[in-house]
Amino acid sequence: MINVIDRRARRQARSTTTFGDYRRRSAAAGQALTWLCGGALALNLLLVISILLLLAYNGLSYFWQKDLIELDLKDGRKILGEVWSQERSAAVTGARAAAAIDRVRLKIGNRDVNGLDFVWIDAKDIAGRGRPRDAVMLERLEWGNFYGTMAELRKGSQVLATGQDAVWKAFGPLHERKLKERRAIERLEKGAIGDVNYAIEHLRLAEKRLDLENLPTPERDRRKAAIENQVAADQVRYDRLAAELSRMRDRFQAETLVMRTANGEAKEMPVGTVVRAIQPNGMGSLSKLGLYLSRSAEFVSADPRESNTEGGIFPAIFGTVLMVFLMSFAVAPMGVLAALYLREYAKQGPLVRMVRIAVNNLAGVPSIVFGMFGLAFFVYLIGGTIDKLFYPESLPTPTFGTGGILWAALTLALLTVPVVIVAAEEGLAAVPRIVREGSLALGATKFETIRRVVLPAAAPGILTGMILAMARAAGEVAPLMIVGMVKLAPTLPLDGRPPFLHLERKFMHLGFHIFDVGFQSPNVEATTPLVFATALLLIVVVTAMNLVAIMLRNHLRRKYAGSAV
Amino acid sequence: MTETLAEAVRDPALAPRIEHPILNIDGLSLWYGEKKALNHISMQIPEKQITAFIGPSGCGKSTLLRCINRLNDLIDNVRVEGDIRFEDGSIYDPKLDINALRKRIGMVFQKSNPFPKSIYENVAYGCRIQGINKKRDLDEIVERSLRGAALWDEVKDRLDESALGMSGGQQQRLCIARAIAVEPEVILLDEPCSALDPIATARIEELMQDLKSQYTQVIVTHNMQQASRVSDLTAFLYLGELVEYGPTQKIFINPLKKQTEDYITGRFG
Repeated sequence: MINVIDRRARRQARSTTTFGDYRRRSAAAGQALTWLCGGALALNLLLVISILLLLAYNGLSYFWQKDLIELDLKDGRKILGEVWSQERSAAVTGARAAAAIDRVRLKIGNRDVNGLDFVWIDAKDIAGRGRPRDAVMLERLEWGNFYGTMAELRKGSQVLATGQDAVWKAFGPLHERKLKERRAIERLEKGAIGDVNYAIEHLRLAEKRLDLENLPTPERDRRKAAIENQVAADQVRYDRLAAELSRMRDRFQAETLVMRTANGEAKEMPVGTVVRAIQPNGMGSLSKLGLYLSRSAEFVSADPRESNTEGGIFPAIFGTVLMVFLMSFAVAPMGVLAALYLREYAKQGPLVRMVRIAVNNLAGVPSIVFGMFGLAFFVYLIGGTIDKLFYPESLPTPTFGTGGILWAALTLALLTVPVVIVAAEEGLAAVPRIVREGSLALGATKFETIRRVVLPAAAPGILTGMILAMARAAGEVAPLMIVGMVKLAPTLPLDGRPPFLHLERKFMHLGFHIFDVGFQSPNVEATTPLVFATALLLIVVVTAMNLVAIMLRNHLRRKYAGSAV
Repeated sequence: MTETLAEAVRDPALAPRIEHPILNIDGLSLWYGEKKALNHISMQIPEKQITAFIGPSGCGKSTLLRCINRLNDLIDNVRVEGDIRFEDGSIYDPKLDINALRKRIGMVFQKSNPFPKSIYENVAYGCRIQGINKKRDLDEIVERSLRGAALWDEVKDRLDESALGMSGGQQQRLCIARAIAVEPEVILLDEPCSALDPIATARIEELMQDLKSQYTQVIVTHNMQQASRVSDLTAFLYLGELVEYGPTQKIFINPLKKQTEDYITGRFG
């Protein structure tokens, strides 16, 4: 009897042990899985953070002014520039040490003198290194930076100042005045002269339109004469403005600055073409910070110069944001209406299922294919037809029959519409049946129920889809290259001339700008940091647009929050 | 009166004496696909009284209730035979405007279902649907309805806040206010208290008594005490059949059918 009890107790003990073992083992397995999942997440976060840090470091350091270094070479030459990078040979000891090459890469600027911006100098050729306090760096409208010292300030043959210090002192106020003059010239070019050109162009088109219309000859002649008169008047106005412009230009270029390179070569340039003159070696941290901020501000607000290698990228930021905006306006109704039909009206069956699968697969089509479709359908077919019907006078120059911001936005809308449809469908499906019934039970029709109850309740879900769509559209480049994006757009798609929003215009885009600046530029070495800065800016722009949408969504959620509905 | 109704009325267990019937259910059968959910139900529902439908889960009481405002139409594969007459017009008349019908027959659901809008807009919803948009009219209707639903004093200072921030009981009373805002003739209540605590339940029951003078009410309930407390007439349904229908007192104290007695005394259900 005791034996039996004992055995039972032992069995029981064993079974609890087994159970305990099992618990312990499964806990251990669970812990390993937790660590694995956590590790994977940490790895992802690390990647994202390091991308951001890399972009931020490389991009943001570009605007920081380095000191100017003067190298005395053993062959007697002198070189002035910024140290861009240094290369240390790996083998510095032993037999190969003699053959090892340490190199320094300098940005020496003075492209108009040297023909190139960068040089590699072997360390063994360097005799001495200096940091001359009075070395001057000029940022110029053309030919890139100039490094050297100031020699003379001239006006025609008259010398205004000589010697580094005197010239530096006289240069400041004069440069200030020249900058004002340059702005005045730009205002005149873009403002008054642009207006006259625009008017003349319009008159020319009106004249061509007259030829296309079927009018009795005397009537046509009368109208033509009126137009000719107008053109003549505008032409007179144009000539007057052009003369004014040429006078301003002459005055603008009157004063010249003579610079001397480290080797003593002289170079003369109009004062007005200097963007900025600084003496980096004499600057304190605070003034360097000021310079940094001013350059960063220029980068985001100015037009590009020198085939995009210098200046700012404002038109690209503007084009990206405007295009995404237009795309959102196109994709929101398209996606939401399609989702409404699929979810609320269509009879659920094999056909709807197939449509749904097709929509989902559409999201996987390579984007360049959408670009081709946009070119064939929007640009050639629709744009061509619009040109024939509404702009026959400008043919064969196409108006809408060529790539433009509207077609780009519509192409991207097609590309992102599956995302919106899927998200909107999920948002609609999440509205409880009982809420719809509540509305119907009050005598609302199905349409009223959808409009007043279902859509507002589904709005946060729909906005989530819009956020995803916008993020995708802002980063898409390939299809845009064939439907309206250009390297350099002469005008913004939004300006002060009616109809203000010019949907047919081509535009610049940050994504393409990165590619263009980094790999298609004549001065790739100089622009590599710009690639990082532009990429960082693209991320900032996309994040900013998403944040706005997310805030809107959270606002809607808060508005409708507070219960388990 | 058709033959079926006449026949039904002859059965004392199914035919209480009703002075002013507002709804005549006449041989109503309903199928969900192949499954028959209601089998030949005939009954009359009196005006300005409270009629309760009781029975175990799946007996068809909610289905019957949802036939009265034709909410079952929304479900695929539903087939109905028989008829319901509402003040001498058939609600299954193909010429009938369903939305107009639903304005006259309001409904309160098992789970409170306020719209994701403000308290004010929830109550004004039905009126806006009918095209009443004048602020002064709406203000008056909202106040009257909220007072009618005994909610005015609790919410008058926060009419513009989201209705979803209210307590469960308040939400359910808001749904009642929403229903009476369009001044229906009949209010259908589909287990209105099943998700509420006893205090909120008591308030709803009190409210039902207050509303009795103006509205005909039909309530589906799982809770037999509730049926005995609030209703004037009780119908017991089982497996899609109307088993017994009569004055509440009689059903609960002296039922004619064994099945009814078994259910009420808790022997099954």
